[in-house]
Parts: sequence; structure tokens; C-alpha cells
Amino acid sequence: MIAPVPMKKNARTQFRVRVLRQDGPGKESYWELFDIDYEREMNVISVLQKIAAKAANSDGKKVAPVAWDCGCLEEVCGSCTMVINGRVRQSCSALVDQLLNDNPDEIVLEPMTKFPVIRDLMVDRQRLFRALQRVKAWVPVDSYYNMGPGERQPRDDQEQNYPLSQCMSCGCCLEACPQYNKIELTKEAGETDEQFEERKLAAYDTSFVGAHAISQVMLHNRNPTGKSLAGERLDALMGPGGVSTCGNAQNCVSVCPKEIPLTTSIARAGRATTVAAIKKWFEK
Amino acid sequence: MAQHRVVVVGGGLAGLAVTMKLAELGVSVDLLSLTPVKRSHSVCAQGGINSCNDQTRQLGDDEWKHLDDTVYGGDFLNHQPPVKEMAYWAPKVIELMDRLGVPFNRTGEGFIDRRRFGGTLYKRTAFAGATTGQQLLYALDEQVRRREVEGLVKKYEFWDFLKPIQDETGRCRGVVAQDMVSMEIRAFAADAVVVATGGNGLLFGKSTMSVFCTGSAASRCFQSGAKLGNAEFIQVHPTAIPGADKLRLMSESARGEGGRVWVPKKPHDSRAPREIPNDERYYFLEDRYPKYGNLVPRDIATREIFDICVNEGLSVESDRMSVYLDLTHIPKAELDRKLGGILEIYEKFQGVDPRFEPMKIFPAVHYSMGGLWADYVKAADGGLLPGAPKNQMTSIEGLYAIGECDYHYHGANRLGANSLLSCIFSGLFIGPSIVNYASNQNGGHAEVPSSVIDQSVTCEKQRHQSLLAGTGGDENPYLIHQELGDVMTRAATVVRRNDQLQEAIDHVSELHDRAMKVSLSDGGNWTNQNVLFAKAVQDMFPFAKSLLKGALLRDECRGAHYKPAFEKPSLTSEDPVERRRQAEQWCDEFEANNRRFLKSSIATWNAESNQPDITYEDVDTSLIPPRPRLYGLVGAEVIEEVWKERAAAKASGKELAASNS
Repeated sequence: MIAPVPMKKNARTQFRVRVLRQDGPGKESYWELFDIDYEREMNVISVLQKIAAKAANSDGKKVAPVAWDCGCLEEVCGSCTMVINGRVRQSCSALVDQLLNDNPDEIVLEPMTKFPVIRDLMVDRQRLFRALQRVKAWVPVDSYYNMGPGERQPRDDQEQNYPLSQCMSCGCCLEACPQYNKIELTKEAGETDEQFEERKLAAYDTSFVGAHAISQVMLHNRNPTGKSLAGERLDALMGPGGVSTCGNAQNCVSVCPKEIPLTTSIARAGRATTVAAIKKWFEK
Repeated sequence: MAQHRVVVVGGGLAGLAVTMKLAELGVSVDLLSLTPVKRSHSVCAQGGINSCNDQTRQLGDDEWKHLDDTVYGGDFLNHQPPVKEMAYWAPKVIELMDRLGVPFNRTGEGFIDRRRFGGTLYKRTAFAGATTGQQLLYALDEQVRRREVEGLVKKYEFWDFLKPIQDETGRCRGVVAQDMVSMEIRAFAADAVVVATGGNGLLFGKSTMSVFCTGSAASRCFQSGAKLGNAEFIQVHPTAIPGADKLRLMSESARGEGGRVWVPKKPHDSRAPREIPNDERYYFLEDRYPKYGNLVPRDIATREIFDICVNEGLSVESDRMSVYLDLTHIPKAELDRKLGGILEIYEKFQGVDPRFEPMKIFPAVHYSMGGLWADYVKAADGGLLPGAPKNQMTSIEGLYAIGECDYHYHGANRLGANSLLSCIFSGLFIGPSIVNYASNQNGGHAEVPSSVIDQSVTCEKQRHQSLLAGTGGDENPYLIHQELGDVMTRAATVVRRNDQLQEAIDHVSELHDRAMKVSLSDGGNWTNQNVLFAKAVQDMFPFAKSLLKGALLRDECRGAHYKPAFEKPSLTSEDPVERRRQAEQWCDEFEANNRRFLKSSIATWNAESNQPDITYEDVDTSLIPPRPRLYGLVGAEVIEEVWKERAAAKASGKELAASNS
């Protein structure tokens, strides 16, 4: 086979891409159309690379290249998340042939809606990484000196942990979540950078933490050393924006590109926080 | 003691390892990265990380053998003391990563499971599914996040390193960097700077590397006076999936499980592959290497696939080079069980099911063995002296290089699953070296003269502004990059010929001039990816030129550097006496060649000529004497016999000299 999906697309020489653009934070967004010369085996990344090289819209007008974020181009780094034909996903694994099969007229690219837009398709995902700090998603080892091997771990444990550990912080689960709402703050007059940063983090820390972070709690609470912080992690999930915020829409698990069992983690976290709360009540 | 402050550029395995180690030692770290560090290119490593272990030890393995395999695989171009140190640290590195929570695959009893990789007889490789690099990186990322919360680490993500700041003595006092969002350019003063910025696959246009692996950070150090070592050595992986945007790796295990490589005998046969009858297919690896078939070593497979497409014109497609890697003769259930993960990658990115259609693959640039020259201090035991300030220091005082961007550890060819090890090891190992260096300095980060800082910042602001204002030219940086990639891929990947290299040098020099006359399509000052890319492209050229010149001057075959004009011939005679004589001659020539070329090429940037100057440096082979790699050569057994006799004679000569003295 020379081309993956022969029939229709052999005749195709060009296709249209519609991009929701925004020149910067607080600016109006607008649609721009691009005509792209068809080549086989294109993905959305190569479309954006072509736009950058050509830097002209479908009217032939010179425009600045569309800004976007990408890295590995093989769906392990989590950089290139965007909304493509209405669905949040990684743009590297979004193949043009398949997209045009679904919608022959055009490919529509939009930035994620749950994060502040920096420019065009680039968004600020600081809140996502902040959530990993909030739930202490690390193993609190004593030191990085040579202290011999870690504990032996049953194969079953590894097989349960590994899928959770593949979370690449792409943000798909957050974009799809009805409980995860955009927080976009702007610096106020007279506010220093540090004060603004502090206010922003405080806002992040009381809003929904998200499925990815809940899943990381369950991962680290299973680690032989990591579980020493289990109580603190569960505390973080019991506060405002914790696991009880989840409305059980189950969108997260259906959009996760790594097929991480997020709803299983959420259910387990729900039970664990309930048990922890009851324990605390008795210890009062 | 004043608080030390170190700038680390790059947040892959090496950068994160040194950051967390420095934080543990009480040093403040500013960690600069082009991307959130969790997204660094280390995530792409699939296979694993090597160390000898309890199991292999009982089969006769030890750290020394790991050292031996590494330098033999590297064709003896690796300095041996750093490799020795790395091999001896390897078991400790894996134990630490285990403690940090890496979900290594386990045996039934709960021990870390191991697999075998190329270039060794032992199962040394620990792995976490098919994403070992990602899992190791995440463990380090988590530790750095922990240190960030504690306050010793401050991350600057989406910052582009522009150049090291040097005082009048040439010592590195910090860096100039640019915020890729706001485009602010500012200085970061430091007691010492570590660059851990990875490989340079983008010199070749498309490679298996991530989009940020431009080599521009290393090039900026190079243009500031740091030297490059072995720039001409890059590893090309035989099987990658061609794509419009990147070349994705197709693991060697596809061939290990019975995959067959072929092309139609009729050039660019337009029939679907399954309609081509068996006698019209050319299984060229099986035909040319009946003994090893499709499982010849990486470098040979790479060369043959290249040869069949470039020289024989038998590429499957007329407009692009590729050959078939065919698994369709294997039952689907078996494929799913053994190769499920990697077949899904092909299916996901090609939209074709490789269980029913042969895959189309071609070699791709995969790893940079060469990079920034770095120093080391040898210890009495033949390894490195822990804590010595010179360990991993570049030729710029106070500027360190670790990970793929340095030139240590892998010589002329890297062994699989050694790269993750070299990154983590070098990062952990140099923490104390940097602290000792910083403690011995008179002026620290707080005492950098403002004139020194201002000058560096002004210089970078001018470069930025002049690019935005327009150079007067109308060159498109994206097209220049494409052209560079084409030239480099043709001349300097698998097979190298001096006429082609010379032509490429001329072409690349002309492209370099054109790259300085780019016209930007975005003149704005907010998240301007256009200007950042233009700068990266311009800075690819000094590295590209060094790579080409180093390759041109190296008239031999060594590891990944293959020049057919200088290949040593097989033995031809059937007569035992004559064959023996030929073997003696072969060994004489081998020794003569080593005297000339068993040296690191060292490139220094000459701003006046806009070209690199190349010199040579002896390689420390004091631990394991170099010996010929005889794979697939006719007469190998006779050559080996002669070689062993010579080595034994030399060893007894040495003993004699020692007992006489």
C-alpha cells in the first residue's frame, strides 16, 4: 500500500485549516483560515510547521505564524495538547487523513479552554504542575546517597503502578472535566510580581485539583517509602477543590491519551479520604 | 560560607540529576529549560538502563566487563576513566532510581527484572515497560519539584539559553537567557553553570529527537570559546518510521521477533506489497548476511538499508527512501503478545496496521556521541577523582557540560541503554565537584561586575532587536533549516565520502551566510517563536561545520563513522602461511591507523574565518588496550590470533620492564 487511505485523498491537493487565534492574554480571539498543500502522512504538527514556513493565510495575506507548543511528537511528552475538531487531544497523533475522513471540509484547531491563552494555541498550564506540588507527588527519600536497593515489590504492584506513572501532564482530563473551570487572573495595579504569583497560587490551590493529581496521590501512596506522606496527600484531597469536587462525569478517563484508569483512582481516593476522615473524627 | 548559586541549563535526566544533587548539598539552583522539564527529550528513551547486577555477577559479569563492553562498543574512542567510574556507579544509580519510585518491571519474586541489549552477553538492562526514559525522568522531576517547594530550586521554564557570561579572565559567571513568552532578555549570575542540553538531531532536519534538540545551546557555548569533542560521531538507528514532522523509532525487537526486511526487485514497484510474489522480492539482509540475516548489528543494518536505497535505487517509493519491514507472515495473536506496544505506535502515527501491511522504515539520526569537550581528573584506581572541580568542566572555566551534550562515555558508537546511565551518573557525580569549585572562587554570583553582565545582556538584546528589525535579506529560516537537514543527511550520516563531505562543507557555508540574512514573518515581541527558531537555526551552523570538517579529516572507519574508501579489507588468501602473513599486515595497518586516528577530534570556533579549527587529543586507553572489532570480516580468526599474540608480548614486555625498574 502506497498511501494509508487511498480513494478520496489521492485526488486531494489542498485542505483547509481553521485556527482560533489570540495575539496575547486579554486580547480578542479570532478565526483565521489557512490552505495547506496536501501531503500523505501528515499530522497536525506538520500542518502547523507548514503554516509557520508559509506564514500566509488563505487570502494570501502575510500573517505571523501560529504559536503552539510541541516536543517529542510521539505522544510521550504531553506538550502539544489542543482542541482538534472539537475534541481535546495531542496534536502529534492527530493524523490529517483521519481528520479529513471525519470532516472533509476543514480541520479546526482551538486552544484548550480551561487554561489561560498565552498566544494562539499556547496555553499556560502552571496550575496543572502546581497541583502536583499540592499533593506532594514525590517519594520523600532521605538522601540521594547510595543506600542500597529499595524494597522488593510484587510484580502485581508494578503492573498496577506503571499505568498511573505514565501520566504525562498533558491536561486532556482537565479540559474535559465539567468541574475544572478556567482561572485567569491579571496583575493588579500596584501589585508586585511576587504578590501576583502568590495570589495566583492561592487561587489554584483552592480550586479543583483535577483527575491527574488525584491519580498521582494513589500512585505515590502505594510506594513503600512514598506512603509515609499518605496522610498529607489525603489531607490535600479533603480540602476545598479536593476529590469531593469530582462530579463523576467520567469524561477524564475517556479522553486520556494514555488510557490511565483515572476514575478508578478517583474512586479509590474517595474511599481513602472517607476512611481518613472517620479515623480523624475518632481521634479527636 | 556564602550560599552558592548555580545555573543549570536543561531539565532532562542529566540536568535534573545535578539539580537535585546540588539542592541536597545546600546549593541554590536556577533551572532553565526550553520546556517544562517534565517534557524533556529524555521521555523518548524506551529500552532501559544498564548495570551489572546480582544475577549477571553470578554468570561472570562485573563492572569491569561493563566498562569493557562500553569501550569496545565505542571502538576505543571513549576516555576510559570516566567510563570506568560510570560502570562502577551503575548498580548504585539503579538502586537510587528504584528508591525514588521508578516502576521498574519486576520478576516473580519482586526483584528488578532485566533484559539483554546489544553489545553485551549479559542481561544488564533494567526497564520500565517501553518508557524507561519517561519513568526515570518523572522520578527526578518529582524530586526537583520537592526541592522547589523547599525553596532551593527555582525553575525557569520556557526560557531559552542565549550564552554564558564570561568575565575578563574568561571565567563563566552566569548566563544570559530569554523568556520565550514575554521575550524578556536578562542575566542569571552564578558561581558555576551546567549545560545539560542534549543532542543535536535537528542539524539533520528530521531525526528521532524532540523539536528542541537543536544543539543551539551547545553551539552558543562553542561560539563563546568552549571546545567540541568528536563532533563527527552521531548514531543512526536502522529502523525508524518516516513521518512528515519527525522520524519515530521502530524498536529493534521487531526484527528480533522475526521481522524481515525487503524491497521489490523492480524499482518503485507500484503494486501493493502483498501482491508482489516472493521471487520478485529482494531480502537483501538475508541474502548478504546468510548467517545473521535480519539481525545484523545496528550499524551494518543501517548501512545496508542506506545502500539499497541510495546506491542501488531500490527504495520502495520513488519520492522517498524506505524499505519494507515485514511482520505479516507472523500470526496476529503472536504479534500482539510480543510486540503490541510498538506496533501500536506504527498504527497510531501511520494509520496502517503493520500486522497486515509491511511497515515502511528507513534509518534515522538518533544520538550525538560527540559534543562539548569536558575535562576530568583521573584517580589512582583508574576511575575519576570524586569532588575534583575539573570533572566535566568544559574549556571555559566554571562552565560544566553533562549528558548527551558532552563528548564523554560513548566514544565512536553508543551501546543501547547506556545513555540514560551516563546522563544520571554524570549529573549525580559532579554535584560535589561544582560545590568544591565554587568554594575555591574569590568572587561568587553576588560579585559579578555589572559591566560584565551589562555587556553580555546588551549584546544579546542587540542580536534580538536586529533580527526583529530585519536583516535586509529575505531568507526563510524554516526553509534554510530544511536545506541544511537535506545536506547533512546526504553527506554525513551513514556513509561518508570525502568528495561529498567537501561539497557539503561548501554548501553549508553558503547556507550559513544566507541564514544570517533571514526575514521574519513575525516582528512582534510576545511569544515570538519565529525569532527564537531563527536564532536556533543560525546557531546550528557552527556545530554542523565542525561535524562535517571532523568527518572529512577522519580518513578511517571507526564505530558509527564509516568511510568505505578507508575500510580495511578482509583476508583473501586460502593458503595458511599467506593468510597468516596477511593477518600480520592487517594488524600492522590497524596499529598504524590507531597511532594516527585513535584520537578525539577537538573543534575550536574561529570567528574570523567563520569556520572551526580542528586539532586532535590523545585518548586515555590505559585501562583496556584497544583491540580490533572484527565483526563479519573474512579471516577474523587469524587476525584475532595474531592480535592476541602481540597483546601478550606487549603485556609481558611491560611486566619485564616493571620488574627491572
